[in-house]
Amino acid sequence: MANTATEYIQHHLQNLTYGQLPAGFERVDAHGQFLETLTEPTWTIALTPLEAKAMGFWAIHVDSMFWSLLLGLVFAVLFSYVARRATSGVPGKLQNTIEAIVEFVDTSVRESFHGKNRLIAPLALTIFVWIFFMNLMDLIPVDWIPGLATLAGIPYMKVVPTTDPNITMSMSISVFFLMIFYWIKVKGVSGFVGDLALHPFSSNNLVAKAILIPINLLLETVSLLAKPVSLGLRLFGNMYAGELIFILIAMIGWTQLPLHFGWAVLHILVITLQAYIFMTLTIVYLSSVYEEH
Amino acid sequence: MNINATLIGQSIAFLFFVWFCMKYVWPPLTRMLDERQQKIADGLAAADKAEKDLASANSQVAELLKEARAEAQGIIEQANRRAGQIVEESKTQAREEGDRLKAAAMAEITQETNRAREALRAQVATLAVAGAERILGEHLDEAANSRLIDDLAAEL
Repeated sequence: MANTATEYIQHHLQNLTYGQLPAGFERVDAHGQFLETLTEPTWTIALTPLEAKAMGFWAIHVDSMFWSLLLGLVFAVLFSYVARRATSGVPGKLQNTIEAIVEFVDTSVRESFHGKNRLIAPLALTIFVWIFFMNLMDLIPVDWIPGLATLAGIPYMKVVPTTDPNITMSMSISVFFLMIFYWIKVKGVSGFVGDLALHPFSSNNLVAKAILIPINLLLETVSLLAKPVSLGLRLFGNMYAGELIFILIAMIGWTQLPLHFGWAVLHILVITLQAYIFMTLTIVYLSSVYEEH
Repeated sequence: MNINATLIGQSIAFLFFVWFCMKYVWPPLTRMLDERQQKIADGLAAADKAEKDLASANSQVAELLKEARAEAQGIIEQANRRAGQIVEESKTQAREEGDRLKAAAMAEITQETNRAREALRAQVATLAVAGAERILGEHLDEAANSRLIDDLAAEL
C-alpha cells in the first residue's frame, strides 16, 4: 500500500458510514482531492472520517450492522436448527457442541441467579454466543476482508462489530433497560426508588434517614449508571485494543507472521473471556435486581 | 468511532435475537436436556433393578439346585435300599425253594426206600419158604411156617 502508516491505521479504524451530509459541505476524497460542494443535504456513504463525523447522530455504520446482523443470524439459524432437530437420544457432534455451550450458560445462570425469570438464560446464551462470534471476526487477518471490499469499491470495512462502541454500548444499554424493567416489575416503583434512596446508608432515626437520602441517591445513581457504561466500554476497549495491535503487527512486513500468530493465540483467550465476562456481568446485574437489601 | 444511530439499530437487533432465542432456541434445548436426564435416570434405575433381579434369580437357581440335588440323593438312597431288599427277598425265596425241593426229594427217597423194602421183604419171605422147601424137600406146614418167616422178615 502506498499509504502512510497513519492513513493505513485510520483506514482500518473507520467504519463504513451511511448518513446525510448537510448542504454546503465540501467533499474531498481519501487522498484530499476536492470532489464537489453539496448544494442540498445528501444521503450518501462517507468517503472520509471527516464526512462520517459531519453526518452527526442520524447516520449508521453499515459494516458494523451488516456483520453483527449476519453473525446474529448465524447464531439464530444454527441454534434453532439444532434445537428443532435435537434428540434426547444419542446426540450428533453438532448437537453435542451446542449442548455443551447451553449447559455451560445454564450452569453460569444457575450459579448466580436464583429468581424466576424466563428471559435471563436465553439472554445470557444470546449474549455469549453472539459476542463470541463478533469477537471471533478479530482472528481473520485484518487486511483480508477490507482488502476485498476496497477491490469492490467500498471505501471502508471494519469487520469486528465489537470494536465499534455503538454495538457494545447498545447491548449494554439494552441490558440496563431490562434491568430497570425487571427492577420495577419485581419490586414496584416504590421498591425501585427505595432501593436507590435508602441504601447503602440507612438509619432508624427518621431525621438522619431524610438527611441520608440525597447521599444515597447520588451514590446509587452513579453506581447504577456506571454499570452499563463499564459493561459496554470494557468489551469495546478490549476488542479495540486487540484490533489495534493486529493492525500494528500487520504493518511490519513479513516478520509479522510469528508475532501475528502469538497475538492471535492469546486473542482466542481474550475473545472468549470477554464474551464470558459480558454474559456473567449481565446475569449478575439482573440477579441483583431480585435481591433484597 | 462516532456515536450514531447504529446504537438504535443494534439495540433492535439485540432484542430481536434475544426474543428469538427465548422462543425458538432455549425451550426446546432445555426440554431435550431434561428429557435426556430423565432417560438416563430411568436407564440407571432399570439397570439397578435388572441387577437385583439377576441376583435374586441366581439365588433362586442355587436354591432349586440344592433341592434337586437333595431329592436326587433321596431317590438314589431309596433305590439302593429297594435293591438290597429285593436281593434279600430273592435270596430268601431261593433258599426256601431249595429247602422245599430238598425236602420233597428226601420224602420221595424215603418213600421209594420203604416201598423197595416192603417189596424186598415180601419177596424174602417167599424166597425163604421156597429155599426151605427145597432144602427140606417137602412142603412144610405153610401156615405154621409163614408166621415164623414173617417174624423173621420183620426182623430184617
